[in-house]
Parts: sequence; structure tokens; C-alpha cells
Amino acid sequence: MRRPQPKLTVFAVGVLVVIVLPFVLSEFRTVQLATVGAYFIAILGLDVLTGHSGQISLGHGAFMAVGAYTTAILMSSHGVRDLWTIPIAGAVAGGIGLVAGVPALRLSGLYLALATFGIAIVLPTILKKFDHFTGGSTGLALFGKPTQTGHGIGVKILGQQLSNNQWLYALTWTIAAALFLVAWWLLDSRFGRSLRAIRDSELAAAAAGVNRSTYKIAAFGVSAAYAGVAGALFAINVAYVSPDSFPIQLSLYLLVGAVVGFFGSIWGAALGALLILFLPDIVGLLPHVDTKQAGPTTFFFGAVLVVLMLLLPLVLRVGTALSNRGYSRPQ
Amino acid sequence: MANFIQQVVSGLASGGIYGALALAIVLIHRATGVLNFAQGEMATLSAFVCWSLIDHGWAFWPAFGATIFLSFAGGVVLEQTVIRPIQNGPLLGIVILTIGLLIAINGLTTWVWGGAAKQFHGPFSTAPINVGGVAFSKQDIGVIAISVVSVVLIGLLFTRTKLGLGLRAAAANPTEARLVGVRVPGMLALGWGLAAVLGAVAGVMAAPSLFLEPNMMQTVLLYAFAAAVLGGMDSPVGAVIGGLVLGVLLNLVGTYVHWVGGELRLAVALAVILGVLLIRPAGLFGRTAVRRV
Amino acid sequence: MRSSTGCGSDLSLLELRDVQARYGEITALHGVSLTVAEGDFVAILGANGAGKTTTLRAISGTVKTSGDILFDDHKLFRRSPEAMARKGVAHVPEGRGTFSTLSVLDNLRLGAWVQRGVSPRDLANVFEFFPRLYERPDQQAGTLSGGEQQMLALGRAMMAKPRLLLLDEPSLGLAPLVVREIFAALKQLNEGGTTIVVVEQNAALALAAANHAYVLETGRVVLGGDAADLKANESVRRSYLGY
Repeated sequence: MRRPQPKLTVFAVGVLVVIVLPFVLSEFRTVQLATVGAYFIAILGLDVLTGHSGQISLGHGAFMAVGAYTTAILMSSHGVRDLWTIPIAGAVAGGIGLVAGVPALRLSGLYLALATFGIAIVLPTILKKFDHFTGGSTGLALFGKPTQTGHGIGVKILGQQLSNNQWLYALTWTIAAALFLVAWWLLDSRFGRSLRAIRDSELAAAAAGVNRSTYKIAAFGVSAAYAGVAGALFAINVAYVSPDSFPIQLSLYLLVGAVVGFFGSIWGAALGALLILFLPDIVGLLPHVDTKQAGPTTFFFGAVLVVLMLLLPLVLRVGTALSNRGYSRPQ
Repeated sequence: MANFIQQVVSGLASGGIYGALALAIVLIHRATGVLNFAQGEMATLSAFVCWSLIDHGWAFWPAFGATIFLSFAGGVVLEQTVIRPIQNGPLLGIVILTIGLLIAINGLTTWVWGGAAKQFHGPFSTAPINVGGVAFSKQDIGVIAISVVSVVLIGLLFTRTKLGLGLRAAAANPTEARLVGVRVPGMLALGWGLAAVLGAVAGVMAAPSLFLEPNMMQTVLLYAFAAAVLGGMDSPVGAVIGGLVLGVLLNLVGTYVHWVGGELRLAVALAVILGVLLIRPAGLFGRTAVRRV
Repeated sequence: MRSSTGCGSDLSLLELRDVQARYGEITALHGVSLTVAEGDFVAILGANGAGKTTTLRAISGTVKTSGDILFDDHKLFRRSPEAMARKGVAHVPEGRGTFSTLSVLDNLRLGAWVQRGVSPRDLANVFEFFPRLYERPDQQAGTLSGGEQQMLALGRAMMAKPRLLLLDEPSLGLAPLVVREIFAALKQLNEGGTTIVVVEQNAALALAAANHAYVLETGRVVLGGDAADLKANESVRRSYLGY
């Protein structure tokens, strides 16, 4: 159809960078980047929900936890191989997301923020309470389980021997790339346009015959499914889950990530995910700051968010410009 | 029976703390329509400031007074520097900004005071006093008294003074308030200052029983939200009553419903939030809000 | 026909010189010039969208403007509603701006915000004007009837002891009897020395009460002069009085 697509070029460059990185970086960084991939997926999901359907979630870490625990429980108690748990985790979290989407319809933005915030705060205590499923505070260790692909040693693909870390990196980013394409297609389709129509004006969308409830619930489902997959990959990467893996901070950091990536633009999601991982290193560059301690990094996380929100008018303008260019084609 | 009364009283003590923080949340919500998610962390910061003063050899009450003053100033400064610039922007933007403040203040307290829990010696001894065979902790009674006094003082300020009238006018209808000559921006800053003061009271009262650490008020914030939602987001009286009801409720449920125990108290608070929001969003004392689509 | 400047007395309390105002892309005032003398009762007439409300808002500082506004022969810079209230301008906006969640008494107290305190004499004065307010001091303003709310709005403005009282459509949606009561009160206030500028759809009513009047059309003053002259003016009669 169209003129050369700058976005396709960006995507291609992105894929290339992701492929090349593990060859130039240390193993340690490779593992870290695998985790970035998981955050990236969760932030994509948050972008769909908050950026495009206008429903805020301060509790997306909870959906990640659902995905992670689905994977962990299936792997440790039911003998399901880790790879197969990923779609199941996505489906379970997505299903819960759909169910959660129904009451969410009744909550205005502020109260939805409050409710999801509450869920994120309460979740660890619930995970601890139902310890016969979740292993309680001890959590579930997955390393060396027979259901772990490569048994923590490494994997041979297409005649290529990958170390365990390289394998996790490849797995996470392959799925991340696929899910990115899905999100791109989804947001470019009628579904995405309807979501934005609802976000921008509920009344106008209703007048145009868009069934608001269905779309908003669907957005919740899709978003939660993304978080679920992210959680599954997180569990597989770390090979361990515990209630403390999913504190309220995780949910809030995901929000920071989404905001950093020009809220709602899936193209910025990678930026947000990178920030979550590498902010400690950046903060460490400052003089007289000890990043072995959690405080400074956390402080700068918050500060980044505050500054970004103060620049919100600008961010919005950039965001609108980007999305206008991307999503409204001449009919 | 003695145990029951004891549980009710200690529930009222926690409830007083929840109520004070809930009132802080409601004051800001009424004035600006924003939920301040950083209210809990602001309270923690206040408690740390108070702890440091005491650590430097101050007696409790002067330290408490200085903390109140500093918290007020801090609240005002915070409003002026970060809230005011986007005051007219989208509501969710401001809410997300308060999330940023939550994270930043949490990081700051961890940075300055470290993550380890500190013992905070309050002004009241934990020794029990016996009244008719029921043992009350002096601390509980003291906490209830302080909460009641501060809430009543704030109430008097709002209903009996010209300043309070201006605060209420600015919250009720800012455009109209400016027309009669009220300096609305000043009122909003003042509102943040007062909310910070209430938070400081809650934080300092909570610290002796919870141990002082950077995440101390996170759960208390959720209880306070539950109290505010229960009482009706726009009702200051509701917030205080909601706090007391919730404190007692949680204590009784925690004691007598063994499946809930101590661990699921937070979950009960969440259930209250979700239940009220879905069934009766106006809460017990609030007016039914006009839904803005 | 007289020109749009030079109404009545030489002591002008308020003067607008080529005032322009816009809301985003839309220009609401294309250069309004008018003078209001101390002690005057001025009506501003015009069709919907002519800029009447914006003119009042320009005076009270609730809309950004270019051009000069002089109050007491002093040019005003960087006006804000608060500052104008302090200078003695009371603005009763359309739709009877009251604090609907506050009580009648609190509303009246707020009227006296720019005064040093709430003077019992002023309060008694308002209650004398509007006995119906006296009967329900603790009622929430939002639960009053439309007429009572307009009385409250006016009473609140009186509490400020304004030098200049701006009213936007005080008769809107009110029963004729209430309207008469309110205009009687206005007349009495004016006789007591308060300068009044009223925007009215009901031109007959406004011209009957006012000494001077201006007619706005698409953001410009097209006519101005003695109320009696305007009443006799044929085009005014046809367009606004309907006979």
C-alpha cells in the first residue's frame, strides 16, 4: 500500500539491536536484559489499558504475580514444562483481567486508581496466607526442576549451543517482539481506534455506536494477559517466585515505565523498561551516592515521575503528535 | 467481655490514627478532587523528623510541636512547587504525580534514615491501667486523646474561623471564591499544609506501635483510604467516623475470626474499599457524587 | 443618537477603552469602549453571544483581555478576580453563583470576605432586604429555590459593600414577582450610592430600571446613551423590546 514506513524501520533496528546485544554484553547484563524484556511486555499491557482505553491501573504487578505464580505452581507441582506455562499464565491472568474489568467499569478514574492500588498492596499478604498453593513467604524455587527447559544449564537450538542466560534472553525477547507486533496490530485496528474514541469521549463513542463496556473490559483482559505473560517470563528468568517479588513498588515502577515511554505509545515501552533496570546504574554515576542502598534509586524513580508529570503538557503534545501520525490514516 | 472491651479500645486507638490520615486525604480531595497517594509517605517522613529531633535530645512534646510546624511548611511548599504547576491539568496526571511523590519520599526516608526499623518511644507508656477489671494500655488512651484533640481543632478551624470559611469556599467553588476575593491558590496550599499536619499526627502516633521504618505508613494509608471511602470521600466527619469504625472492626475481626487473624486485616480493608465503591460510592456520609463522564 | 462615550456625570468610576477578549480561537469582544459614572445604573443589552457576559467578566478580571480598563481613573494592570473584589467590585455571575454546599449564613459571611469582619449591621440590612433569607440562615444554599438563590447572591454581593456591582441576567428563570422584588432591591441599592452594571435579556425591565444603557452586537458597542433615549430608539425597540 503505502509510503516507506519509518516505524517499520524503527522496529527493524530495534530487533537488530536486541539480537546483537547479547554478543557484546556480559552474561550478567544479558540476564538483566532478559528481565527488561519481561517488564517491557508488562508495560506494553499497561500502555494498552491506561494509554489507550484511559483506565488507570496502579496494580499491574498483581497481574504479573498471577502469571508468575501460575507458571511456578504448574512447573513445580503439576509437571508442566515452563514453555507451555507461558500461554496458560497469559490466559489465566487475562481471564482474571476480564473479570476485573467488569467492576472496573463502575469506577471513575480516581477510584479505579485507588482500588488497583489497594489490590497491589494487599496481594503479598494474600499470597502468604494461601501458603499450600504459593509456598507462603518462602515462595517457590524453580531452579533445577525437571520442567525447566535446559535444566538451568543451556539449550541447543538449530545447532547453536546457548548458555542458560542466552536462552532466557532469546526466549523473553522473541516473545516480547511477537507481543509487540500483536499490540501494534491491535492498536492500529478497529479495536484500538474504538478504545481511543472511548478514552477521548465516552459520549461521542457511544453515539458512534461503539459498545463501550465490551471494549473497556476487553482492554482490561488484553492488558492483564500481557502482564501475565510478563510474570511467567519473570518467574522463568529468575527461577524463583515469592510474595516479596511483587511489592506495590513493582506496580508503581511499571507505571513509571509507561509514563517514561510517552504514556500510551507502545514505542516508548522499551525506554520505560530500560529505565526500571538501569536507573540504579545511572544514579550510581552521581557523586556521593551509594546505590548499594535502595533509597537513592527509589528517590530518583519518584523524582523522574514527578518531573515527567510536571512536563505533562509537553509530554501530551508529543504523545498526541506521535499517535496522530501513527494511527490516523487518510481515509 | 473484658477482652472485647480491650479490643474495642485498642481498635479506637488505631482507628484514631486511620481517621486522622483519612481526614487529611478527604481535605485534599474536597479541595482539589485529587487523591493524594503520597499522604502516607509524608506522614512517615514527619515521624522520622520527630524521631531525629528526639534522638538529638529533644523532649517529646517540643519535638512533636516542631514536627507539626515543619510538616505544615512542607505541605505548603510541596503544593506550591509540584502541585500548583499542573493544578489545572488532567486529574489523573496529578494523581500520578502524587504516586511519584510517594516513591520519591519513600526513597528519601530510606536514603536518609536507612531501611532498618527504629524503636520510637512515644510520650505514653505501654503500661496498662486497670479500670473495673479491664486493662487498657495508656498508649491507646493517649493516642485516642491526641487524635480526638487534633481532629476537633481542625474541625473548629474549618467551622469557626474566617480562614476555615475561606478554605471551605475555595473547596466548594473556586471560581466563585475568587469573585468574593478569596485567594484560592493560597487556600489550596494551606489545605495541603493542614493535611500534612494531620498526617504528621497520624505518623507520630503510629510510630511507637508499628516501629518506624520507611514503609511504615503504606498499610496505614490503605486503612485510611478505606476509612475515607467508608465515610464518604467528601465528608470530613465521615472520614473520622470511618476511621474509628474501621479500627474497631479490623480489631474485632482480627481477634474473633480466626481465619482472618492478623494476616488478612489488609484484605478486609480492601474488601471495604471495593465493597463501598461498587455498592455505595458516596459512602456512609457523603453526598452522591455527580459522575463526570 | 449620542456617541458611546460620555455618559452622564464627569466622575467616571469605570472606563473600558477598546477592550478585547478571546476564548481560545474565538474572539468574544472586538474592542468594547464604555464609561460608567459613579452612582450610575447601567444596563448592557444585546442578543445571545453579543459579548455581554464577557464584558462583565472582563471588568471583574475573570477573563484575559487586551485594551485598557480604568477604575477610579487608574489604569488596572494584571487584574485578578481577587484583586477586583478588594477594589470593591462585586460580580454576581449568571446562574446565581452561590456556594451551593455552604449554608446561607456562610454565603453571606463570604460576601464580606474583603471587609475587615462580618458587620452585624450589614447582615441585618441584607435580611431586611430579603426576609426570606433571615428565615433559613442554616439551610444549604443549593437547596434554596431559584429566587431565593438569586436573593442570596445579591445579598452576598451587598455584604461586600461594593462600589461597583455587576449582575449577569438576574432575572433569568425567575417568577415575575421575584424579579420585581430583585429589581426593586437593585434600585434601592443604587439610590444608596452603589454603582450598578446589569446585563439583561429582558430589555424592557433593564431599561426601566437603568439610567444609561449600552447595546452590544457581536462583541462591539453599537449604541449607548440615556436609557430613556434608547427606549425610544426604533431599532432598539424592534430588536430588543419587541414592539
